[in-house]
Amino acid sequence: MSEKARKFDPSKATSFLTGRGHAGWLGLQYSDHGDDWVELELPWREDLLGEEGQRVLASGPILSLMDMASGMAIWRAMDDFTAIATLDLRVDYVRPAREGASVFGRSQCYRLTRSAAFVRGLAHDGDAEDPVAHIQAVFMKIAAAPRL
Amino acid sequence: MAQEIEALTPYARSLGITVESWEDGIPILSVPFEETVEGRPEHYHGGATGGLLETAGYAALRAELGRQSREAMLKPINITVQYLAAGKSRTSYALGRVTKLGRRSANITVEAWQDDRTRPVATAVMNVLVASPEG
Repeated sequence: MSEKARKFDPSKATSFLTGRGHAGWLGLQYSDHGDDWVELELPWREDLLGEEGQRVLASGPILSLMDMASGMAIWRAMDDFTAIATLDLRVDYVRPAREGASVFGRSQCYRLTRSAAFVRGLAHDGDAEDPVAHIQAVFMKIAAAPRL
Repeated sequence: MAQEIEALTPYARSLGITVESWEDGIPILSVPFEETVEGRPEHYHGGATGGLLETAGYAALRAELGRQSREAMLKPINITVQYLAAGKSRTSYALGRVTKLGRRSANITVEAWQDDRTRPVATAVMNVLVASPEG
């Protein structure tokens, strides 16, 4: 599908979506996107560290990054900006992110039904071949009739 | 008080999470509804709710390790969050329970609620690596 045919353009929508609220507080930025996936960047911040003395980004911001990238991947795949809510989100933290590095969250919407959207993705700190986390999630369309 | 502050990471404090009270030696955490946790207008962002659950899970594990006089470095393995109801524009609370604490890992369940504790808005199950401080 050509870019012109698309209503939801993540490169333009990100600054609006992450300019306020929780995503704004985290400082999430647009990184990249495809037909059914979106990648956002979480810049390094000292006040988002986890366990004392480890100099490692807390896991909470990665969860938020992936939740946000997943929502945008769904809007991209639907090509519509309708209300959705996370139903279930699983994150496997496979290694710590490098100190000082941005973390990139890339999520793909691989299946849409009338009511649900299924996503999978990964977080990496510069090399997508060497992820820091993998995720799997299901979102529900809020206004949709409850049938699959 | 020192114990309360130790239970929270820089990320948790930055998000606005505090220790609300203690129940059977485990802290109940709370986060006020402010812009730092807001997703769609007047509702919690799923990530903020997840962060509160995860922080409560670690706090419960820290409390249990303290009770057993064990020192440990904690590293996340995974978390699965179930979102049961929309988080509305008011304070959220969360309490974790260590289901199993082994030599190398812990399994923790967590519930978050708002007005009515018997109607959780989200739950989570977490696995955490419990490493000795040396390595």
